[in-house]
This record gives sequence, C-alpha cells and structure tokens, in this order.
Amino acid sequence: MSDAAIRVEHLSKQYRLGGSVPGYASLRDRVTEGARSVFHAKAASRPELFWALHDVSLSIGRGEVVGVVGRNGAGKSTLLKILSRITEPTEGEVHLFGRVSSLLEVGTGFHPELTGRENIYLNGAILGMTRREIRAKFDDIVAFAEIETFLDTPVKRYSSGMYMRLAFSVAAHLDPDILLVDEVLAVGDAAFQKKCLGRVEQISGQGRTVVIVSHNMTVISTLSDRVVWLDAGRIIDEGSPADVIARYLSAGIESNLAWVPRAPASDAFMFHGVTALGAEVFPADSPIDIEFDYEVRKPMPPGRLFFSLLNESGTVILSSAETDGTPQEHRTWQLGRHRVQCRLPGNLLRPGRYFVTVAEPDGDSYIFHEGALGFTVSEQNSLVTKDAGQSLIAPLLEWRPVG
Amino acid sequence: MHIVLKRRRGLARLGLRELWEYRELVGFLVWKDILVRYKQTVIGIAWAAIRPLSAIFVFTFVFGRLAKLPSDGLPYPLIAFAGVLPWQLFATAFAESSASVVGNAQMVSKVYFPRLIVPISSVASALVDFGVTFVLVIAAMAWYGIVPGPRIILLPLFLLLCLGAASAGGILFAALFVRYRDVRHIVGFGLQLGAYISPVGFTTAIVPEKWRLLYALNPLVGAIEGFRWCLLGHGWIDARALAIESGIVIVALLFALYYFRATEATFADVI
Repeated sequence: MSDAAIRVEHLSKQYRLGGSVPGYASLRDRVTEGARSVFHAKAASRPELFWALHDVSLSIGRGEVVGVVGRNGAGKSTLLKILSRITEPTEGEVHLFGRVSSLLEVGTGFHPELTGRENIYLNGAILGMTRREIRAKFDDIVAFAEIETFLDTPVKRYSSGMYMRLAFSVAAHLDPDILLVDEVLAVGDAAFQKKCLGRVEQISGQGRTVVIVSHNMTVISTLSDRVVWLDAGRIIDEGSPADVIARYLSAGIESNLAWVPRAPASDAFMFHGVTALGAEVFPADSPIDIEFDYEVRKPMPPGRLFFSLLNESGTVILSSAETDGTPQEHRTWQLGRHRVQCRLPGNLLRPGRYFVTVAEPDGDSYIFHEGALGFTVSEQNSLVTKDAGQSLIAPLLEWRPVG
Repeated sequence: MHIVLKRRRGLARLGLRELWEYRELVGFLVWKDILVRYKQTVIGIAWAAIRPLSAIFVFTFVFGRLAKLPSDGLPYPLIAFAGVLPWQLFATAFAESSASVVGNAQMVSKVYFPRLIVPISSVASALVDFGVTFVLVIAAMAWYGIVPGPRIILLPLFLLLCLGAASAGGILFAALFVRYRDVRHIVGFGLQLGAYISPVGFTTAIVPEKWRLLYALNPLVGAIEGFRWCLLGHGWIDARALAIESGIVIVALLFALYYFRATEATFADVI
C-alpha cells in the first residue's frame, strides 16, 4: 500500500522471562557465575524466553484510527513500545512514514516540585516539542486543562484530577503524523474524558494516523475505524470495531463466574478471586452479588476496589467503586485478607450477556482485566417487553400517585 | 520522513545528528535539575558553595598544615581551590551521569528520545555548580591578590579534558548501571579514592620525577595541574603527559559512546 503510514512486517519481540532471573543482575553475580562455569563445564541455567509478539504483520493507512484490544500480556503494549521506538524488534521490521509521537503514559517527566507552567515546558520538551512549539500552544494547553488559576502552583498541590488534566493536555497538543496512545484516555471526570475523546477525533480528522490501545471498549468502538485483536503475541482477528469487540468480549467466556488472576501484578496486592455469586444465568429480577476476595500483603498507596460492567457490544453500562458515596476518592488499605461484596440490584439490567472489567491495584495505578467475569441475565421476570426498544438498562422505577 | 525500525546489528552509529536535533531537551533537563535542586534544598544555591569550601578547608588543614606539603610559595587554600574546582566538576558529572539513566527509568521506558541525552544533561548540570565554584575561586584569588596571566585563555582546553574524562566514565557506567545495579558502589568508591589519588589537595610536585608519566595515566592529573597552571601560574605541564591523557580520554570516550549506543536498545526492557 503506497499510502501506508505504518507498515509492520513479520514483527517479533522476545523477552527473557524473569521468574528468578531479573532483567538486571548484579555484576557480582555475573562474575561468580563466570568463575563457576570455568570449573563446571555445564552452562549456567538458560533464561526462559518468551515471545511477546510473534510474526505480526499489519498495515495502517494514513489517517486511519486503529484500536488494539487484547488481554493483559497479549502484546499490545509491546507493539506500541516498538512502534514508538522505546524498544527494538527482535525480528522483522517496522516502517513509519512521518513524525511519531507516543503517549504511553500521561505526565512522563512531570516533577511534583515544579509549577504547572514549568511542567508544561518540561513535559512538552520530553514529548518532542520544540520550545517555540510549546510557547505557541501554551495558552491552548492551559485552557484545555482548565488550570489557569493554578499555573504557578507546584503540581504536588494539584488534585489528581487537575494533574491528569494538565498532563493529558500537554500530550493532546502534540502535532505528529502518527499518534500512539496507550490507555491514557480514561483520565479525569466524565466531562474531561469526553473532551479528550473529542481531541483524538479531531486529531484523526486532520488526516493523522492514530493507534490506540485500551481496555475501554467504548473508547475503542467510538474512535476506531478498525480494530485489531492481539492474543499471545499474534493477531487473531481484525475488522470492524463492532464485530471484533463482540467476538473479543465473548471469547473464552462460556460461564466465567469466578476469576483469579494468572499472576498478581505486584507483591503488595493480590486477588484470591472475584466471583459473581449465584447461577450462571440470573433472572432479571434477582440481585447479583460480586465478591472481591483480596489480600493486602504490603503497605501500598491509597486506592479503591472498582469494576465496570459492559454489555455485549462493549458499552460500559456502569462503573462502581467501593468509595462511591463517601467524600474520599481513595481509601487506605489494611493489611491482611478481606472480602467485600457489591450488590447489583435486581430489575436493573436488561436481558443479555454482561462482562465485568476488574481493576487490580498496582502501586498507585490499576491493571484492568476486561471480561474477567461474564454472566447472563435471562428474560425471566424481565421488565423489558418486546416493545421496550433499545434501552441500555431496564430499571424498576418508582411510580406513585401524587394528587 | 521514513523511519525503519529493526534490530541493530554490527557497530552502532553514534547518531550525532539526531542528538543535535534534540539539543533543546538537554537545556530543559538541565533547567529542571537546577530548578528542582534549588526548590528542594533549604539552603539552595549556597549548597554549591558549601561543598567546595568544606573540601578546601579539609585539604588545607590535612595536607597544608598537618602534612606540610609544598605549595610553591602560594597560599595553600588556593592550591586546594584550584584542585577542587576541576575535581568537583569531574566527580559530580561522573556520579550524576552514571546514575542518570536508571534515575530517569520512567522517562526512558515511556518516551523515545536519543538516550545519550540523559547522561549528557547530567554532565551539563554539573557545569552549573562548576560556575558557582569558579566565581568563588576568582574571589579567593582577588583576596590573596593573585591575578591570572594570559595563560587563562587556555583554561577551556583543560576544562574540555576534564569534561571528556567525566563524560567517558559517566556514559559508560550509565549503560552498565542499567544492567548491573551494584556498579553504583564501584563509582562511589572509585570517586572517593580518586580524590586522594589525583592531585586535588596536593600538587604533583610531591611525585618523584621518574614516576610522573605513569602518574599521568590518570587524565585528571593533567586537568587539575592544567587548572593550577592557568589560574595560579604554577603547575606541572608536560606535553608528553598531556598527549597521553588526551589520547586516553578520546579512546575512553569513543568506547563509552559506542558501548552505550550498542546497549541502549535494551534499556527499556531491563530497566
């Protein structure tokens, strides 16, 4: 394709797995190991290798917005890291036609002691903007982030929302031909998220190429022209967003009422299981209890348990956090094992398949496991009658005579 | 613009042109370093003066007063000052740049830019402290009534020697540090030792003539004596020694640059 912006050819990336062998070693170990192998002909234990990406080929046209979905460890982030030149391929090659900017994290290089103004310049420079470019866009960045009055306040005094808004705003004003975005659109409140999505749409509308990785199916389906599904380092499906997302969400989930992560994200926090209590098929009027069985093993920054509920087409029906309705956004974690239940009331969901995205705390951020749970709400006792139309939910509301 | 990404094989290229394109980032990182340092420490800019002054006090007391080492008739504090000036630049630049890539792990694993920018910025930041110390040296010389001769125009050459040595070490160890975390202790120990091996608190005059060329295998000997020679008019300057020192620094710097470039592709994977 002559009009390609990105051409990926037989791309593979191999990593050393670090169970007991970390990526970095100590020189001392290396020296003793070397000395030992002089006396023992047998080679030192060979590190375990695994392919994070395996023979991936992909062509992305100029102006196209491509969403990448896949479970954790499927290779999505590795793909973005290679495209953004942070790490190099083991095999194969990538051709990029145009200036590339990547947004793998908001606020890279932000320093808490520096003011908003200083951080805008610093972060802009790190993301590849020239001083002149930053100066030209400075007012737009500030206006977009809505932080005018706090411009000369150190960002350590910002609320987390303000911090994220500012960080995203700098990145949103990059002017690349190709923009790579990893899971960063879900920042701030709903209004700001909408603004962010609008900004990405605007960028793609100007004929720029965008590659987005997200666990947020609404984001992916709203923005993408095409969706690529990665699993175990290979592309297993690609096509229109609606089709691929539906297949992706229901893949492998026949009845998935209990979920245990394959490996905990950190050694501080661990889920022993997240379970939807009850039968696989719930009558529409029956409440559904979701139980979080978790263990806090080491002190960690404040956070919260939360999840999102998605319908079959990937639309987020609701998100709920245990701190909802309290003044605090985060709470402190008590060491030890705990169980918490969240009840979805009966007479809320319309019949259909539902998927739960579980957020696993990892330091001060979260890892999202989409489709961790899947269950079905049956038509039994449902309020949705044949002519109830396209409503997303079917709640039982209170009707009462008032006069 | 067409960029091809694939596994690098063979000798790495230095990528100097790209480095030049990103030169503004060096400025921003230095600016950040200084802003942060002076916002975080209570004594702020005074810190850049206290460090060399305390070193000079110790050297003058130990080597000048207790050991009564020769000073060519100059006030001992000036001998120490002219030694501490380049040594502290070297030590700060070396230590900071060797820790720089790991210290900026977050940036390195999330954004692309030429990785050499990171240690280079650390070396450049050290130059700011050097500037402060330099002003102090000028003040001290004025106090003792010593005016530098025309030789002072050669000072930038010795400054270059000093920066070259610091960059070579800093860049090499920055790359090693990513893979071998215990290298940190080697750098700290080496620098501590170096302050006493190099003629920082004393002059090369106490080294017997026949050992001098061997002593000059340490490039800092040339840099420090060069500073004394330019500023105070007394110092051991020897063409052969300087040639050896410059040669060592150039070879070491090239080796460090190539080693860094050859290993940087895996930084994000192991950091």
